[in-house]
Parts: sequence; structure tokens; C-alpha cells
Amino acid sequence: MKYTLEIIFAVVVVIFTAVFLLQNAHIQATLKPGQEAWQGSDDMGSDAILSTGYTPWISPIWTPPSTEVESLLFSIQSGLGALVIGYFFGFYRGKRESSKSA
Amino acid sequence: MHIMEGFLPWQWCVFWYLVSAPFIIYGVYLLNRQVKEHRETLSLLAVSGAFIFLLSSLKMPSPVVGSCSHPTGTGLSTVLFGPIITAILSLIVLIFQALFMAHGGITTLGANVFSMGIAGPLLAYAVYRLGKAVNLNVFVNVFLVTAVADLFTYVITAIELAAAFPATHGGFLISFETFFAIYAVTQVPLAILEGVLIALVFKYIILSRSDILVKLSVLTQEQTAKIIGGFS
Repeated sequence: MKYTLEIIFAVVVVIFTAVFLLQNAHIQATLKPGQEAWQGSDDMGSDAILSTGYTPWISPIWTPPSTEVESLLFSIQSGLGALVIGYFFGFYRGKRESSKSA
Repeated sequence: MHIMEGFLPWQWCVFWYLVSAPFIIYGVYLLNRQVKEHRETLSLLAVSGAFIFLLSSLKMPSPVVGSCSHPTGTGLSTVLFGPIITAILSLIVLIFQALFMAHGGITTLGANVFSMGIAGPLLAYAVYRLGKAVNLNVFVNVFLVTAVADLFTYVITAIELAAAFPATHGGFLISFETFFAIYAVTQVPLAILEGVLIALVFKYIILSRSDILVKLSVLTQEQTAKIIGGFS
């Protein structure tokens, strides 16, 4: 009972990964040259809009100059989130431990 | 769920700004009150916001369709602080992504905050109250809330785009089908994964700060005691 949720989470992650690997093998085998696999849904949505003949009327003030820079910025976002989560869970834990020993 | 800069006709940008504005204004008021009157809940507010930051930055492959999308992370703050405060936390993340990553946009901010911060969390909150009313296991409830908040965000994005770009033949419904296939179907596996993750996180929150959960009237004293007893 103690670790039910951890076990469920681990099982779901394993299933998710297994389905991903199977699907990826299938996609890579049938991929036509020039076609991109695992595209972002946001980009696919934008492409669907462009295919209606629509032209965006304004473009972003600043666009990351490459996908590398973009992934750096996304990593910074994840890092900030993880930092705050780790800080407070560590803080809670420390507080509990010190109140136990006191 | 990000509608990119310039990808909504300006009339729709204005429309979604107007729809979202009252929620945002009320949200700022509620957030201020929360911080002033319940200072002790501030750390969980930060953690909830941090989960939105963390999860919405992850572009994850969706094994069913073969495309990538991101979770929203709004489930935790919906359970703890309700949908209106969640709207403000989402707004912060969306502005961050629009300005620095050109992901989403300032003109489309109204539409994006409506789907991710308002409509998704509102429906999820209804699910949460219903689950509470029928005495659903709290972890199952948190799972459902998180998954619904995530999935419904993308359904709303599909509706927003279908309304702005109805197909020449067949109109709204046909283009809704197109956008629904792109956004919502992709999202199902991610919503499940996110739901399980937040349910697990919720366990650690109960174990470490059950006092705040009681204060936020998410759980009663007896319920937390029973849950903590069950884990030891």
C-alpha cells in the first residue's frame, strides 16, 4: 500500500515509453524522404491554418535564431520550475525532520 | 495549444481578450487576497506555479499519433487554488513563452490564456467538485482533474481555431474535425501521464503539508490523518 502510487506511475511511464518506441519504429520504417516525424502539434496547427490561404498579419518581435537556442530557453523554463519545486519539497522535509528531533 | 503570433484574425484576438479579461481581473484580486490573508499557502502557490512552468516547457512525443505536444500542468493549482487563480499562473507562463520563445503570441494571448488558464481549469474544477461530492478517492480525483484540464485545453484550442477558420465546404464542424485531430487526439496519452504524475505529487504534498491542505479545505483533518496512516 505504501508505494502504490509510485508503482502505478512507473508502470504508466514504462507503457508510454514502450508504445513510443514501437510507434517510432513503425514511423521510421514508413517515413518518406523529406517528411518529418514527431512534429509539434502547434506547428501542425499553424500549417493547417496556412493551408487555408491565410497569411499571418503580424510576426513575433523576437524569434529564437535557431532550434538550439529555442531548446535552451525551454530548458531554462523547466529548470526554473524544477528549482522551485525542489526548494520547497526540500524545505518541507527539513522542517519535518527538525521538528521530529526537537 | 499555443496559437502562434498572427495566426488569429485580429477580430478574434480582440474577442478572446475581452472574454478572458474579466477572469484575469478577478484572478488578480483573488490572488492578492490569497497572498495577503493566507500567507502560509504561498509556498504551495509557488509549487503549483512551478509545475505549470515545468510541465508546459516539456515537448513530449505522443505515441498514438506520432507528433509532439506539451502538457499544461494546470491540474495541481486547480485543485489547490481553484481555476481563477490558475488563470493568472498560466498567463505568466504564456507571456514568458510568447516573449522569449516566440511560442504563442501577444496578439493571441487572450485566446491562449482562455484555453489553458480558464476553460480547461474551469471544467476540471467542475470535475473536482463532483468527485468530492460523491466521495471519490482523492488521488483518483486529482488524476481526473489534471487529465481533464490538460485535454480540454486542447479541445478549446480546436474550437477557437475552427471558429476563426471555418472550412469553405462544411464550415465550422469540418475544420473543427481537422483541428481536433491535430490537437486533442495527440493530447490523450500526455493527459494520462500528467494525471498520474500529479496524483503522485499530491501524495508528497499530503505527507509534507497536510496542514495547508486542510486550510485550503481540499481535505479535512480526518481525511489527511487516514491517508497518511494508510501510507505508513
